[in-house]
Amino acid sequence: MGSTLLDAISLLAHLDPQVLAIVWLSFQVSLGATALGSLVGLLLGTWIAVAEFPGRAAVTVLLNGMMGMPPVVLGVIVYLALSRSGPLGTLGLLYSPTAMVIAQTLLVTPLIAALARQTVEDAWSDYRIELTALGFDRRLAVLTLLHDCRYSLVVAVLAGLGRAMSEVGAVMIVGGNIDGFTRVMTTAIALETAKGDLPLSIALGLVLISVVVALNALAFGLRQWAMRRYG
Amino acid sequence: MANRLSRLTKPLLPAVLSITGAMLATPAAQAGESIVLASTTSTEQSGLFGHILPLFEQATGIRVKVVALGTGQALDTGRRGDADVLLVHDRAAEDKFVAEGWGIERRDVMYNDFVLVGPKADPAKVREAKTAADAFQGIAAGATPFVSRGDKSGTHAAELRFWKAAGVDPKAWSGYKESGSGMGPTLNMAASLGAYTLADRGTWLSFKNRQDLEIVLSGDPAMFNPYGIMLVNPAKHQAVKKDAGMQLLDWITGPAGQAAIADYKINGEQLFFPSAAK
Repeated sequence: MGSTLLDAISLLAHLDPQVLAIVWLSFQVSLGATALGSLVGLLLGTWIAVAEFPGRAAVTVLLNGMMGMPPVVLGVIVYLALSRSGPLGTLGLLYSPTAMVIAQTLLVTPLIAALARQTVEDAWSDYRIELTALGFDRRLAVLTLLHDCRYSLVVAVLAGLGRAMSEVGAVMIVGGNIDGFTRVMTTAIALETAKGDLPLSIALGLVLISVVVALNALAFGLRQWAMRRYG
Repeated sequence: MANRLSRLTKPLLPAVLSITGAMLATPAAQAGESIVLASTTSTEQSGLFGHILPLFEQATGIRVKVVALGTGQALDTGRRGDADVLLVHDRAAEDKFVAEGWGIERRDVMYNDFVLVGPKADPAKVREAKTAADAFQGIAAGATPFVSRGDKSGTHAAELRFWKAAGVDPKAWSGYKESGSGMGPTLNMAASLGAYTLADRGTWLSFKNRQDLEIVLSGDPAMFNPYGIMLVNPAKHQAVKKDAGMQLLDWITGPAGQAAIADYKINGEQLFFPSAAK
């Protein structure tokens, strides 16, 4: 274990361009999915928080449950949809980065929506009377609450990003782990482990963790800066 | 509050959309033609494709995207129309695939052989066995476990043939463990259990985490492991890139491809032996 870790660190000292390309693709796919997932998830979660409709409790439970959706199951579903023999087969999207973005978007949207719903619902119970008294309609209330909770909602977005960056099951199936085309950090780690090259797996794992920590640090810094700037 | 909101979000929305758009567009913008080759973990993980496919791309300008699966799964991928060309190693399943009309132009490409690996101490005395069938009988009679691929791959199919030849029902034996995964993970598992397993020589030679494992039996003619290539039938799936796919078939079974296969060595040892009909 100790020597494997040392080997891993020495591998990191000379990162080759191929590894950098893998890191870059991971960024593109997971950031793309998180951006799309946030757009839908934040609005959906906030809307559920303030809306009143029959079956709202069931929807909430379902949404919370979807946070535990195994990526590999989602991967199979997206695979079947995008396969040439599937309903969206004519698009020819299987084994492409776009397919990976689609799968990860479906993976992170419920997570972001569920976390946003909880955050906004708490705020809604605090401000409901004021907002209603001010004559805000639902749409305006949603936007206002989204804005008011924006710093807490960053955590929901980061949780989504973390889930996207770290999952391997879905991208492996819909991307195919094609060298130089759909290989991302997690699928590369799976492949190197399969080849018995454990030091390289750990080296890539260290890169993955560093990247996720760096993104979180960036978000934390931005939040501090924005809180000082805008209050 | 609402005013401040729209002031903040208005410029934000197009920014988010354009970033997303750029991210979706960049990786998709790939020049040149490409085909999808569904193949086996043994060929990918042995490093063979990394050696020969760049030569094919140089010669033809066609990019080959390799999806590495077990043979059974690779054939399924072809049946669904998600690959253009298949390179697999289970002759019986390949012939069935062609007979059912899913594949055309099946050709021999190369072969290597299966090796039986196990702990150096060899408690089941496999080294003394003359044939693979004898060896498998000896393993089932002992207490040292055997790790099976259990994933409908070509190697799994070969292993099941050996159990049959040995007259043993492995599922009834307590030492039989199915990993349900590729050759590499199966070797990792065998290494940590100190178990026996069947591997293709290519993956074994390129495998790094051997620990106490070594080859205990090889050379039985029954352990011959031939690979075949075929085009997914364009009559079944219109999206199949017939011309580019046929170029790969012609190249890999032609002089340049066959020489490239023979050239690929790890530590001076040749992994695959070209076998295309001249």
